[in-house]
Amino acid sequence: MNVPRHWRETPERYRMEAAKCRKCGKISFPARLICPACSNKVFDKTNLSGKGKLLTYTIIRTAPEGFEDIVPYAVGIVEMEEGVRVMGQITDCDLANLKTGDKLISKFRRMNEEGKTGLIMYSYKFVPDVGI
Amino acid sequence: MKEIAVIGIGITKFGELWEKSLRDIAVESAINCLEDAGTDRIDSINIGCMSSGLFIGQEHLASLIADYLGRLDIPSSRVESACASGGLAVRNACMEIATGVSDYALAIGVEKMTDVSIGKATYALATVADQDYEAFHGITFPGLYAMLARAHMERYGTTREQLAQVSVKNHYNGSMNPNAQFPFKITRDTVLNSTMIADPLRLLDCSPVTDGAAAVLLTTVEEAKKLKKHPLVVISGFGSAADAIALCHRKELTELMAVKKSVAKALKMAGKTIDDIDFAEVHDCFTIAEILVLESMGVIGPGKGGPATVDGYTALDGKFPVNPSGGLKSKGHPVGATGVAQIFELVNQLRGNSGKRQIPGVKTGLAQNMGGSGGSSVCHILEAK
Repeated sequence: MNVPRHWRETPERYRMEAAKCRKCGKISFPARLICPACSNKVFDKTNLSGKGKLLTYTIIRTAPEGFEDIVPYAVGIVEMEEGVRVMGQITDCDLANLKTGDKLISKFRRMNEEGKTGLIMYSYKFVPDVGI
Repeated sequence: MKEIAVIGIGITKFGELWEKSLRDIAVESAINCLEDAGTDRIDSINIGCMSSGLFIGQEHLASLIADYLGRLDIPSSRVESACASGGLAVRNACMEIATGVSDYALAIGVEKMTDVSIGKATYALATVADQDYEAFHGITFPGLYAMLARAHMERYGTTREQLAQVSVKNHYNGSMNPNAQFPFKITRDTVLNSTMIADPLRLLDCSPVTDGAAAVLLTTVEEAKKLKKHPLVVISGFGSAADAIALCHRKELTELMAVKKSVAKALKMAGKTIDDIDFAEVHDCFTIAEILVLESMGVIGPGKGGPATVDGYTALDGKFPVNPSGGLKSKGHPVGATGVAQIFELVNQLRGNSGKRQIPGVKTGLAQNMGGSGGSSVCHILEAK
């Protein structure tokens, strides 16, 4: 991963910045140039709350390159309270007890690092929302 | 628009072809196809390949394949729509014929996947997902279908045993296919006890990593009638459609809208309904995929795919045979070749040449070729005339 490629996703990965369509109000994450609901092209920035519930998930046991060291790990689709769906890892929980419908909240976490001198990539991951 | 006929089909053995390169298998499938057609005439080359760049570091197949086919005098192109690349190449060849741009159009699907480690192959396959918002988070291709499987199981009560039956059925069919990578039968217990890859999907729910190529030669019905080498098989409908690349941006997790739309378009073009179709080759890259495709096509109602599979509805001797070739699961899944290999099987069945796995009396078949986790789908309808 080169630096600009990760850096330009910073608003989304660091603070879950989304785009709210000024015409129909649909929230897109990540931001788009054309609203998928009404084709409008004007948006306002909005940050997702990070809170949502788990729609479906899997536990990865055969990982792609770069993720071999963290298997097994869970990846799921989370429906955020704003109605947007986001895919992300689910961590800090007992994988055996994970179930759809679980309340989750996003946390800022280290995703990956490219060796000793390469990029360290951060992003959101989801953890159980225990209301603290 | 001119009517389209398939006059030649060719395929290579599917498997780990250590001794053969991408160019070798692509050309071998074309040679077999032209021999089958009984003509050397080609006006255009249409290649489908998903990721020769990541698998063997080779792009620019339009030139490479034209060169090694010895046909530098005609237009050559390569198209990509993930695992639907082969179907898309056939669609392009159809359009060449339908519009009159070519009188003879060759479509080749090819993928050489075993020159890289399994980690690199897993990475290459995951590039068909959204790189920045899916693959970045460590999701794999089996992982995406595993999420669809869980959604289907929780919504409709689809069971692990029902998923396994898809694999058992396709291996049974594939045991009679000499070109298949894994031409042997397996039991439900073998599937259920195989290594977990991405819960709830296990190794034997997944199609394998495969080298292989397939080719078809298309022409107009008018030209095909002059050749008379084989019973006439026509492509009466084709359709292609897309859906959001990221699973989280789909409206539904238990239905594949691209499949639904591509099949509806192809049926409309052919002037048919799904009830007119005798059998199908569909994209069973994972066991859950076959169930989702059958339901999305309208062959079976929502949530009924699992029980129907267990009841034998889609078996070789069932009411609606699915994947007589063995499907991607048993035959193998060289991703770019799959869409063309499906047409190969349909034509052989419609000619009555499928040997032990021949479905008696079939007149109309459907091929459904999927890209990624359902982000694209290409459908063709073939008829024996």
